[in-house]
Amino acid sequence: MFNRSLLDGRRTATKPAMVALAVLGSLCLLLSGMRQASAGERFIIVQSTTSTESSGLFGYLLPLFTARTGIEVRVVAVGTGQAIKNAANGDGDVLLVHDKVSEETFVADGDGVSRHDVMYNDFVIIGPSADSVGIGGSKDAVEGLKRIATAAAPFVSRGDDSGTHKAELRLWKEAGIDVTAASGTWYREAGQGMGATLNMAASLGAYALSDRASWSAFKNKGSSKLLVEGDRRLFNQYGIILVNPARHPNVKSADGQAFIDWMLSGEGQAAIASFAIDGQQQFFPNAGR
Amino acid sequence: MAATPGPFGEAFRLIAGLEPDLVEIVLLSLQVTVTAVALSAAAGLPLGATLAVARFPGRGAAVTLVNSLMGLPPVVVGLGVYLMLSSSGPLGPLQLLYTPVAMIIAQTILVVPIVAALTRQTVEDLDAEIGDQLTLFGLGPLARGATLLWEGRMSLVTALLAGFGRAIAEVGAVIIVGGNINHVTRTMTTAIALETSKGDLALAMGLGIILLAMAIAINAAVVALGRPSSAERRT
Repeated sequence: MFNRSLLDGRRTATKPAMVALAVLGSLCLLLSGMRQASAGERFIIVQSTTSTESSGLFGYLLPLFTARTGIEVRVVAVGTGQAIKNAANGDGDVLLVHDKVSEETFVADGDGVSRHDVMYNDFVIIGPSADSVGIGGSKDAVEGLKRIATAAAPFVSRGDDSGTHKAELRLWKEAGIDVTAASGTWYREAGQGMGATLNMAASLGAYALSDRASWSAFKNKGSSKLLVEGDRRLFNQYGIILVNPARHPNVKSADGQAFIDWMLSGEGQAAIASFAIDGQQQFFPNAGR
Repeated sequence: MAATPGPFGEAFRLIAGLEPDLVEIVLLSLQVTVTAVALSAAAGLPLGATLAVARFPGRGAAVTLVNSLMGLPPVVVGLGVYLMLSSSGPLGPLQLLYTPVAMIIAQTILVVPIVAALTRQTVEDLDAEIGDQLTLFGLGPLARGATLLWEGRMSLVTALLAGFGRAIAEVGAVIIVGGNINHVTRTMTTAIALETSKGDLALAMGLGIILLAMAIAINAAVVALGRPSSAERRT
């Protein structure tokens, strides 16, 4: 038995080698095909936040822009903190996020050309419909957070250095509550995106801060509902920045600028205003105001 | 609001409708993972055979290292590949970040240790069994390694399937280096992650069921293909 299979083995030793060669050959073709495909298209990469992607805003806007200019827009949707770091590494042409302080730092550090207001929406506090803390219908976000902390009611934080997380931390600071001390007890840091945080809040019956668009588009609300809205401090401004081609030579500055110009133009601003979920406008254009 | 169809309903709806977006995502997942597994076979099989047959100082440490690397966390691999391919990284000029090629690189790094470690074990066991015969035939180390690989081909297919399973199922690495860009780098697993984050759990689970069905189909196909030659061996 061994003898036979060994002889086979010797005769067929060339066979696996040929198979391997054939596989490698086809791989090279496959890979080169992919490279050509990506090199032949005209596209830019936009580093942006989860709210703009998962609400469906980009799915609505980008085909309009592409039809007008022929430029494809590839969106990497991550938290604002990570989007800014990726852009600072030169991995993107345009940055569209929502944390004005870190956006201005990004430009001041020379990673971005200049920052423009593009649109706004607002944050909302969501929680269980039972609302044991009794903040539903209130317009005072800071007072609401104080009550949640006093009752030690569960609150799920993004905890991921995103724009929403930073806005939440500013509100806690204003409420005079040290959430780092409470972390792990009633204050839970998810360290994840908006959707994952909302999933956790819905299943724990916990409170959370969300941007309105992510909440409106979220499909696993369960028994959670919107409790606090309309506080001026819940204002959520989005900014758009061209990544600095002087620092990152690979940045496609002409096509990236074309996207920014379109977003700030009358046409782009009107398109932003016409995006709705369940008939409700989600983002309010405010370029150049 | 209409009653939600549930995960199986979603899976059925997606498959029955043969939605172009779904087909695109499935094909990209297969393209990336099959390429990664093929590259891993090209690197891992010779590496495993060498570790099994060759005798050199530090071999024990090398075997332990390869075995340990089977447990590489995908998110760490993703981060490492990101740092290499980022415009600020050493391979930045290649502009491979956020492309399918980046995902293939990450998955290959995950799969090579699996293929190499399982190959090493298979070939070493076979060598213990029939090594004396090979010595008798006077085979050199290269021919010896090749013969042992051929003799162990059935087990090695299982090693490749283990690698395939690891790569098709992982999300941590591809979502970092691919960026989950719609129509460019969105795979089955990153689409599942996205739908979960949108709270569309039925659709996410429906995609998961399709992914599982794909894995079963591929494993069944490979087993079916292997059957005639195992019958041959019995004669």
